[in-house]
Amino acid sequence: MARLDVKKTYKLYIGGKFPRSESGRSYEVYAAAKGKAQKGTFLANAAQGSRKDARDAVVAARAALPGWAGATAYNRGQVLYRVAEVMESRRPQLVQEVRDAEGLTAAAANSVVSQAIDRWVWYAGWSDKFVQVLGGLNPVAGPYFNISAAEPTGVVAVLAPQESSLLGLVSVIAPVIVSGNTCVVVTSAERPLPAITLAECLATSDVPGGVVNIITGRAAEIAPWLASHRDVNAIDLSGAAGADGVDWGALEEASADNLKRVLRPAGTGTAAVEPDWTDTPDLSRLQAFLETKTVWHPKGR
Amino acid sequence: MPKFEYAPAPESTSVVDLETSYGLFINGEFVDGHGESFKSISPSSEEVLAEVSEATDADVDAAVKAARTAYTRVWSRMSGADRGKYLYRIARILQERAREFAVLESLDNGKPIKESRDVDIPLAAAHFFYNAGWADKLEYASLGANPRPHGVVGQVIPWNFPLLMLSWKIAPALATGNTVVLKPAETTPLTALLFAEVCQQADLPPGVVNIVTGAGATGQAIVDHPGIDKLAFTGSTGVGKMIARSIAGTRKKATLELGGKAANIVFDDAPIDQAVEGIVNGIFFNQGHVCCAGSRLLVQESVADEVTRRLKRRIGTLRVGDPLDKNTDIGAINSRAQLDRIIALTEAGESEGAERWDNGCELPSSGFWFRPTVFTGVTQTHRIAQEEIFGPVLSVLTFRTPQEAVAKANNTPYGLSAGIWTEKGSRILWMADQLKAGVVWANTFNKFDPTSPFGGYKESGYGREGGRHGLEPYVRTGA
Repeated sequence: MARLDVKKTYKLYIGGKFPRSESGRSYEVYAAAKGKAQKGTFLANAAQGSRKDARDAVVAARAALPGWAGATAYNRGQVLYRVAEVMESRRPQLVQEVRDAEGLTAAAANSVVSQAIDRWVWYAGWSDKFVQVLGGLNPVAGPYFNISAAEPTGVVAVLAPQESSLLGLVSVIAPVIVSGNTCVVVTSAERPLPAITLAECLATSDVPGGVVNIITGRAAEIAPWLASHRDVNAIDLSGAAGADGVDWGALEEASADNLKRVLRPAGTGTAAVEPDWTDTPDLSRLQAFLETKTVWHPKGR
Repeated sequence: MPKFEYAPAPESTSVVDLETSYGLFINGEFVDGHGESFKSISPSSEEVLAEVSEATDADVDAAVKAARTAYTRVWSRMSGADRGKYLYRIARILQERAREFAVLESLDNGKPIKESRDVDIPLAAAHFFYNAGWADKLEYASLGANPRPHGVVGQVIPWNFPLLMLSWKIAPALATGNTVVLKPAETTPLTALLFAEVCQQADLPPGVVNIVTGAGATGQAIVDHPGIDKLAFTGSTGVGKMIARSIAGTRKKATLELGGKAANIVFDDAPIDQAVEGIVNGIFFNQGHVCCAGSRLLVQESVADEVTRRLKRRIGTLRVGDPLDKNTDIGAINSRAQLDRIIALTEAGESEGAERWDNGCELPSSGFWFRPTVFTGVTQTHRIAQEEIFGPVLSVLTFRTPQEAVAKANNTPYGLSAGIWTEKGSRILWMADQLKAGVVWANTFNKFDPTSPFGGYKESGYGREGGRHGLEPYVRTGA
């Protein structure tokens, strides 16, 4: 007789723990439909994150900020590289979840997972380099030592892509945290399960609790509270593309209350489109969540 | 000992040749605007200096169209080397006419001639000279792949450093290949209009720089104009937020340089005399009309009495009066409205329980003036510790440990600048790491340079101006 397998409960990831939504709600997640089927097979009941979950996540992200921003760049680089290692060891699970979520072939899903792992490696390498590349000594006209260096901006709210459930997700998280920011991520509504598995990878990769907080659910419900939250320093609206009921302009407007740094979704005019995450990244996403600090000191004998 | 008084040493105004009225500078020419005219007065005498046009929506539209035409037909097709040469020309003409600009700036703004002469105007020229050299070297500036201009940039600047803020805005915009529609502040439009003459003397192609005068409505017309690709604003945090809301959901970019409430932190091992000079410079430079002014003095408890005593003695020697007198330290408050705001906030300081002191100097009978003022016994919750006063008013708070200094310094929605005074190098670097501020001055204050990026954290705005970093907001990159 075949063994009855043990199914996993998919929960949120806040402050390094895996709580259920405080709202007690969950929603059904289905695999991508195949062929003529209206709906794919049932996968799980994901936690349906709420406003309160988002606020708890911001508190956790704020608490984690001094430690993470204050860690050495070498340390952050190793931690990000460790995420790649742990994902590699979970490859079969990630491939299966990406296949289910995005309806890909095994080969295509394998390629997506490979790229997601490699993206961590790429950003890990930037941890102790972007400050050199983006800053340096300024030759002021006077007897002063003057230097500019990039710093993380703080707590970043991230709307993860709706379509690309793992590669897109990694592509928005890694550039935020490599510089020392912490983040609150709202996942794809329809394809949230790879995000929770990524959370399990993060939790076992020496990423300190609270550096990445992941909330599954509907961006239209959660994002407005993050956009107007006074203790959030920046917001990445990339995931507004294709998100049911999300008006990125309204989120940007709410973000002006405390002058959050806003990374707008790709696209032209009011249209938001999800970029092709297989493109080679550049520094723009990393730079969007940096501050430049310039320090002066006189020279003298 | 006899006391030797200063004799008056006024700078001559004969170098300035003002028209009675000015139009708008659109497409290389001065044209009549369609709006009402308004008067620009000297804040030190309340005399009318000139009448200026208030640009209407139609005027702003004409300026944006001129800028667009200049962008597509001339400026975006010109080589970087040639753009740079125009900027070098402008820098040279500003140097040649420096005294004229300095006197006009002091007349229109009220700032002491020694500051307009030695800081504002030389730095304005230096910004053009610095950015000129970038125009043909943008590929080397680590801006990303294929850096190229946005197109037409709308720029709105404040009244505290009129020509200097103009140069911070126009020089990098032009160097990167954008064209410009700029609005100077309504109380200080005259040096911007004189700058239009400089553009003519430099044979700058028509429409590359357009100057439209006016108040908030004119600024809003620039912000809202669909032909604007990027905005650069320096001014209050309140207006900055309105701009951020106005462009939300569009593809317009923005750089915002907004308010501040800088902590100037003095440790017990600081060289006290140097620190006192730095504190005075930090808050009384330019009448305290400085977004990065060191308006909160955080002094370590063990030296608080001594620092305060020496500070008051030094403030007693400051000379308040005629901006054109070369011995003047503190000039006129820029406007009646600003004076009213300073008075209201200082009254709040008294009513909330802080102890008020000023140097008791005589003030001129006409014009807008405010004595250098110090509040002691200030607590974190007082309005004078939280709100930007933008005047010659210092709030003194104390601390015991470096951690407490950091906590108090960062306890503000602003994050523009900070000062640290200590002889201990490791403490300077630790403090600099902890402070949430875009510019940190250690054992100095209020230093500026074209190569040095300037701009804030948090509600002090976003983007940087100056240096290589100052080019970034003016280019698009990528495929």
